[in-house]
Amino acid sequence: MTADVISAETAAEMDRIIARYPNSRSAVMALLHLMQSQQGEITIGAIGAIAERLNLTTAEVSAVSTFYTMYKRRRVGEHHIGVCTNTLCAVLGGDAVYQAVSDRLGIGHNETSADGRFHLERIECQAACTHAPVMTVDWEFMDDQTPSSAVDVIDKLAAGEPVASTRGPMIRDFAATERTLAFPDDGLAAEGTPVDALMLAGLTVARVRGMAAPPAPTESTQQPQESHQADESEEPSA
Amino acid sequence: MSTPLTPVITEHWDAPDLFTLEGYQRTGGYRALAKALAMDPDSIIATVKESGLRGRGGAGFPTGLKWSFVPQGDGKPHYLVVNADESEPGACKDVPIMIANPHALIEGVLITSFAIRANHAFIYIRGEVPEAIRRVANAVREAEAAGLVGTNILGSGWDLRITVHSGAGAYICGEETALLDSLEGYRGQPRLKPPFPAVAGLYASPTVVNNVETITNIPWIVNNGADWFRQFGTEKSPGFKVFAVSGHVRRPGIYEAPLGITMHELLDYAGGMRDGAEVKFWIPGGSSVPMLTAEHLDVPLTYEAMAEAGTMLGTGTPMVFDQTVSVVKAVTRWLEFYKHESCGKCTPCREGTYWITGVLQRFEEGKGTDPDLDLLNELCSQIMGRSFCALGDAAATPFPAAVKLFRDEFLTATTTPVDESFDPARSYVFDADSREEVGVR
Ligand SMILES: Cc1cc2nc3c(=O)[nH]c(=O)nc-3n(C[C@H](O)[C@H](O)[C@H](O)COP(=O)(O)O)c2cc1C
Ligand code: SF4
Ligand code: FES
Repeated sequence: MTADVISAETAAEMDRIIARYPNSRSAVMALLHLMQSQQGEITIGAIGAIAERLNLTTAEVSAVSTFYTMYKRRRVGEHHIGVCTNTLCAVLGGDAVYQAVSDRLGIGHNETSADGRFHLERIECQAACTHAPVMTVDWEFMDDQTPSSAVDVIDKLAAGEPVASTRGPMIRDFAATERTLAFPDDGLAAEGTPVDALMLAGLTVARVRGMAAPPAPTESTQQPQESHQADESEEPSA
Repeated sequence: MSTPLTPVITEHWDAPDLFTLEGYQRTGGYRALAKALAMDPDSIIATVKESGLRGRGGAGFPTGLKWSFVPQGDGKPHYLVVNADESEPGACKDVPIMIANPHALIEGVLITSFAIRANHAFIYIRGEVPEAIRRVANAVREAEAAGLVGTNILGSGWDLRITVHSGAGAYICGEETALLDSLEGYRGQPRLKPPFPAVAGLYASPTVVNNVETITNIPWIVNNGADWFRQFGTEKSPGFKVFAVSGHVRRPGIYEAPLGITMHELLDYAGGMRDGAEVKFWIPGGSSVPMLTAEHLDVPLTYEAMAEAGTMLGTGTPMVFDQTVSVVKAVTRWLEFYKHESCGKCTPCREGTYWITGVLQRFEEGKGTDPDLDLLNELCSQIMGRSFCALGDAAATPFPAAVKLFRDEFLTATTTPVDESFDPARSYVFDADSREEVGVR
């Protein structure tokens, strides 16, 4: 079975993942992400290959894959679109964003478009409530959406035009993100905005109103606060 | 005098390269590590104990005390596991920390691991936030290349490996023992406690599980000392907090301030409510803690004052809702979340969340009944305190809190669908006028 789905190169990648953990079984989640990046879903073949590599039964691997919502048992397609419809996002407009995207794509929750390009999912709180209503494309942030901005993103993706995440790199595709989850150091950390305005909201107000934390004690031989203050004047304000 | 904002963790977030090693070191980064490596590990634990730092993951357990539970000289490997699963509805402060200042987290991981005598640390980040995952992984690689992570760190003879682990979508994996099962390669279901992780955690070895924000505080505490830290906050809630304010405010976002600041003051910094809006209800720290109203805006945001007000500080990430929002709809949506995220291990939570959600959905459609309110209270009381883990208690929290404050609204929902009583469009923030450009004030 392994030979069907696993190239020598993939086998070597699996071993690199396994080597990160003291106990090989801990690698199962990362291996599932790796398989999903290659196959667009968790196939029976992938489960068999992981089980063989980790010396587990297929039932043990399958039990893990079915517990977590990010592992899909049907092909996701090129792009995964998530719209947060947990309470905060929903009432601030996420319900309308979801409806607009769903109407545009002609698909509902957990469905994939007929051409295989888009998969839509109502997602739970994305740890971005300050940026509500929140959408994700291939799990990259698309913050502060409106129905029309969200549809615009879909149209651009459909036309193959470049789309930038609001806090992150240019949108790639679902497979590429799944690969990032298996191999997190993807070389893209410097892409996109370093931080956005909402993450700086308090710092900006503090600067404008001249507020700061108490300085570090001065009798210390190390005086990190001095360098903090020296930097401050050099930094561009938001 | 009002409480000032005190950017500490967030002080240099506007430096465009803060997420890089070079950028972080320019702000004094990794000096605390050098200082810590010259200290006796036990005295680091003592300093953190004296600082009074309490866990920022929700429960507020004293951090230094937790570290001191790790048995020393037991011959077993010790582990640090950073809980970066941030998935509590409303919580959105750990992900920004990891995106903006990942090296501060890594420095905290190094110092903590040294203090508890661990040689392997794990950062378990929820899978849905690749931007946070890649920033943290990049920071680990940079630190490795600079000899800050790896073998014989800064010539100390001490080694540390850091593994960044991606989750795969399961809120319950934020519960620390479920997280450990998940990290071991199982379905993420909670374990029976005791034994606590500090004694038998990851691979049955002594393990400290701490929240991202908790660990990120450590470099400043080591650098500046416990007394400096205690200048902030109160006796029982010392220090500063990365508050994340969301909802119908003009400038939602991250606001770092001492514990003890009030919601009123935070609201002022956030530009107040959007035009014409007033606070209807707000939640200090995630959907798992009881809601409050405008009456509570002047209660200090501390562990003790929030408890006295009948709620909890939780994650310290206030969600603020104005008068356009149906409390019935809000609660129903949260229960749909808990039903979806119940791991299914124990009956009260698995079945209870299913039934509560069903009954609440009747109210949403305007088809609830008066006796249904008693039924809901009954269902909640059968979950509260009877579930295997705190997710069950959390699921039993929103309804009783809401019906106590807004009973009339539930009664209206016995005849009128909530979307008729509360036009959803009025809650939307698409109208550009309702948000203010950051920094204009
Ligand atoms: C259902 C549930 C979800 C949780 N999610 C998180 C989480 O995402 N992040 C977190 O730090 N703690 C979370 N916790 C709390 C953890 O169990 C644990 O108390 C915490 O990580 C300890 O770290 P601290 O002492 O630094 O706060 C959760 C608890 C429960 C019951
Ligand atoms: S309370 Fe809910 S989440 Fe916790 S163990 Fe029981 S079923 Fe699982
Ligand atoms: S509720 Fe949508 S990101 Fe939190």
